[in-house]
Amino acid sequence: MSGHSTYEPKSNVSKWFDERLPVVRLMHDSFVAFPTPRNLNYLWTFGGILVFCLVAQLVTGIILAMHYVPNDQMAFNSVQHIKRDVNYGWLIQPMHAVGASMFFLAVYIHIFRGLYYGSYKAPREVLWILGVFILLAMMATGFLGYTLPWGQMSFWGATVITNLFSSLDGVIPGLGTAIVTWLWGGFSVGNATLNRFFSLHYLLPFVIFGLVILHVWALHVAGQNNPTGLEIKQPADAVPMYPYAVTKDVFGMFVFLIPFAYFVFFMPDWLGHADNYTPADPLVTPPHIVPEWYFLPFYAILRAIPSKLGGVIAMVSAIVILVFVPWLDTSRVRSCKYRPIFKWCFWAFAFTCLALGYLGAMPAEEPYITWARIFTFLYFAFFLLAMPIVGILETPSKLPRSIMESVLGKPGSTGGHMPAGASAAPEKR
Amino acid sequence: MSADVEDTHKRDFLVLAGNTFAAIGGASLLWPFVQQMNPDASALALASIEVDLTPVKPGQAITVMWRGKPVFIRNRNADEIKQAQAVDVKALVDTSARNDALPDATPALDEDRVKKGKENWLVLVGVCTHLGCIPKGQSIADSRGDFGGWFCPCHGSHYDTSGRIRKGPAPRNLEVPVYSFVSDTKIKIG
Repeated sequence: MSGHSTYEPKSNVSKWFDERLPVVRLMHDSFVAFPTPRNLNYLWTFGGILVFCLVAQLVTGIILAMHYVPNDQMAFNSVQHIKRDVNYGWLIQPMHAVGASMFFLAVYIHIFRGLYYGSYKAPREVLWILGVFILLAMMATGFLGYTLPWGQMSFWGATVITNLFSSLDGVIPGLGTAIVTWLWGGFSVGNATLNRFFSLHYLLPFVIFGLVILHVWALHVAGQNNPTGLEIKQPADAVPMYPYAVTKDVFGMFVFLIPFAYFVFFMPDWLGHADNYTPADPLVTPPHIVPEWYFLPFYAILRAIPSKLGGVIAMVSAIVILVFVPWLDTSRVRSCKYRPIFKWCFWAFAFTCLALGYLGAMPAEEPYITWARIFTFLYFAFFLLAMPIVGILETPSKLPRSIMESVLGKPGSTGGHMPAGASAAPEKR
Repeated sequence: MSADVEDTHKRDFLVLAGNTFAAIGGASLLWPFVQQMNPDASALALASIEVDLTPVKPGQAITVMWRGKPVFIRNRNADEIKQAQAVDVKALVDTSARNDALPDATPALDEDRVKKGKENWLVLVGVCTHLGCIPKGQSIADSRGDFGGWFCPCHGSHYDTSGRIRKGPAPRNLEVPVYSFVSDTKIKIG
């Protein structure tokens, strides 16, 4: 991004290669010499952790596909076969299933970090929106993958979620039903549905991979945000990515792998629902359908609205509203560290998401429905009321003049040519 | 050679014609790839089934599979029929009979959801019109909801003894499939 490349080919061979395809130079400039803000905290290690999660899901998933059978008569048993008979299947299957949960855990931390430190603000809007697309693709992939074991929750989860489209019957009669039949390839979820879900579950991770490349590219154009929300203004504000940020990322990843490994080795099925260890039965709906934990807040929003189409619209809006966050937030200050009022709105929002998650796991009856309605209102109020209004009313606390000053308490000596006070609030672009 | 105005117009036409041709060709090629996902010939072939009703006593219900979906067949007792007939259609959530054999505008009277002279037999597609769960109410031990018909545990929809939605998020009455009595005790669905 900044200035000229510092890569110097050492041997004649690498020099010859660099003149023909400068891919090593690109890697060096992007992941070795790349300037990272010197004040990054451990919340910034989740980008690297997420790349690890994606690669881990791809590797384990490709292996599982060698043993899995996408057929409604055989799918359930083939998953059991993987877990019991396939060499190291007991390890690889839970790595993939637990990995999905850990992937979502990491992505939610990553998103909340972005919200807290204002990482969506100019010039990072496209970076943020690409992130929302990745989240949507992850949700689709997670849903499709959960169908494949063909247990009761797989089957009925697929039925309920595909039926969301039938709400379009309320817009044009017959349209929703036609879409649902088209998605199913039949008149109910069945073998044709399972087959295509398997195909798409294999496809979408590669779409995510492509989006991740664009996401990282956009990140390297704008540069990383950091806890102060200030831009890198002088060489002393930054350190090279290797070894500083890379070491920190690797340490963060190993800490993240501890709970990951604990689940894989000691509680491999704990994150799944007991009903999903019963083979799919199209004649019996389990008494209490719940999605995986990472969809619970959205499920609570779906059920909170007493109209079918309205519930679907609210649930979809709850995710799509993230796209508009860069323009909903009117504050000129990025980081919540310097936003005394919005900081509390953020924590109230975090609590709202947890509360919706709890309510999504409860049955659809009182008092849960009323509470789900209250928290659904608060969820949208954060974006539609708090973000625009607090940004105008709030007086931000005093920002440090530079990243360097926030770390050492004094402005950097190497950047002495910078006029004092030039580094106040990030300008709007 | 002189470049004159006519040439440019001629090129405009060529570009327009070429693009139109490509767009129509592209759309035509796309269609098989969209259509392949719809139910195939083998799924459509399972269109109708016959069901013997002799073993179903008044107050009992059976569930049969039709096109991969459950069909509820309930032999209603006199009380249930009376309850279903007493309902004011204007007060219903969905005022259409949702009987596949009748036009959509038919009011949701109980008599339009059953066959004349066979009012005790209620035949319904047993799929909740909300998000496609199977409502409870077929077996004796099930909760039948606040209106004595069916209750969907997924999101709390209550159906009455005519399978009409009365309470909860479901937007439509349970669908009555096309069926006919082939004899006094046998029906053909589909």
